[in-house]
Amino acid sequence: MAVIEATEAPHDTEQVNPRTLVYRTRLPVRLWHWINALSIFVMLMSGATIFNAHPRLYWGAYGANFDEPWLVIGRRGQEGFLNLAGLEIPTTGFLGFTENSIRAFPPLVTIPNYYSLAEGRQWHFFFAWVLVISATLYLLYSLFSKHLSRDLALQAHERKLSHLWQDLKNHARLRFPTGDAARAYNPLQKIAYLGVIFVLIPLVVLTGLTMSPMLNAAFPWLLDIFGGRQSARSIHFLCAAGFGAFILVHLLMVVLAGPLNELRSMVTGWYRLPAVRVKDRS
Amino acid sequence: MTLISRRAALAGATGLLVAGCDKITTSPTVRKVLTLGEKATLSSQKLVTGPNTLAPEFTRADLSPRFRVNGNRMPASAEYAAHMTSGFVDWKLVIGGLVARPVAMSLAQLKSAPQRTQITRHDCVEGWSAIGEWTGVPLALLLRHVGVSANAKYVVFHCADDFSGTPFYESIDIVEAFHPQTILAHTMNRQPLSVGHGAPIRLRAERQLGYKQAKYVLKIEAVASLDGIYGGKGGYWEDHSGYQWNAGI
Repeated sequence: MAVIEATEAPHDTEQVNPRTLVYRTRLPVRLWHWINALSIFVMLMSGATIFNAHPRLYWGAYGANFDEPWLVIGRRGQEGFLNLAGLEIPTTGFLGFTENSIRAFPPLVTIPNYYSLAEGRQWHFFFAWVLVISATLYLLYSLFSKHLSRDLALQAHERKLSHLWQDLKNHARLRFPTGDAARAYNPLQKIAYLGVIFVLIPLVVLTGLTMSPMLNAAFPWLLDIFGGRQSARSIHFLCAAGFGAFILVHLLMVVLAGPLNELRSMVTGWYRLPAVRVKDRS
Repeated sequence: MTLISRRAALAGATGLLVAGCDKITTSPTVRKVLTLGEKATLSSQKLVTGPNTLAPEFTRADLSPRFRVNGNRMPASAEYAAHMTSGFVDWKLVIGGLVARPVAMSLAQLKSAPQRTQITRHDCVEGWSAIGEWTGVPLALLLRHVGVSANAKYVVFHCADDFSGTPFYESIDIVEAFHPQTILAHTMNRQPLSVGHGAPIRLRAERQLGYKQAKYVLKIEAVASLDGIYGGKGGYWEDHSGYQWNAGI
């Protein structure tokens, strides 16, 4: 993240010009963000179509209708439900049964917006390539441009529990960094991004590959790592849920932190430093 | 803006969005672009997976307690019913197409050939898996026996079952056909293959999804191209439901 001043604002935090624009996000990062956002959305929605073909999840190597699932989305007549290891949660209107669908995930959140396993797979496996290729290029860029070490890695003082705890409290109070402190990502933000880049994406890709019978022949050790094909399918689904949770929090944070400013910074790279709160100017 | 009109606006916007999505998902150009993913997947799978690399095999302790049926549960034809009654003694498996010596083999002849037994996982395209033990004749043996031509690129399986009158068929490429675990199974979990699971013989191509595992196999045909065979896409599901021909993913 190259920090370039657009105005002649002094570095003194006390007197940061509230109109200071900084170049916060470089082009490759912005490009990847939007390509990745698109592929994740297509993957989640086409994945929902694929899940609808057999809305049950199991642990182990095998699992089918006569076996014990740990998660089921289903319906009884006109009532939809989610069954989580025996605990049944009514979901009529959202999952299992809605006004226009009797599938686990309603058409509003699936690609295509009607049930077609074949087409869902076609979308899923095309955007899987987009996701993997763009993420690989982004990772290489992040390593060589030092985006990773400079912008995403937690600095020594940020790794202290007391610092993280303070950051957590600030988030809970919706007090976001202002002035100079807003030039960099905050620790919780870094952890969330690192989690997506180094945990969720690799895990979702590897569990996806583990479900391929052809690749099971090429890389049987993948099955050993994840504990069998049905376990891999379950973990794949949990990763999808993780992406869903990340997107929710991410969008919430964008809205709370100033949607136009955040959106501009992800489109043009230029970010307006939030003004220092008056009462913080001690 | 009143609540009603706001709701109407929301419904209208959703309608537009849905119509827009429809336009994208049904566009022939978009569909054509998406098939590039399928091509990339097939080529890269071939690149990283050797022709004879084996699918994982399991032990009897791993068997599914109950192996559910995929596809049709029973062919509807009168001929098949007659074969069922007679215990398939008159069932003939025809092997033809691009071969030097076409044959028609009985179940007894198939059983007297060298056999292979394997405990493997069956993966349905829908997402479920079941583990079963299969015994049968390696297809490679039969193909060598009939002298399959070097021009043969695919092997097509014509089956006794149909979907609303359209015969079921499937195809695999010549590499999968010669794969050591590709067998014509007549025995499952040490019992003669049940009708639900494809009696008297079904294909087991263990590096492919369930819809490739043709049941009730009547005729095996070696071909140079899939063009002109039914819908030309290499299988019933490929022709009628748009499933990818490559069932390795």
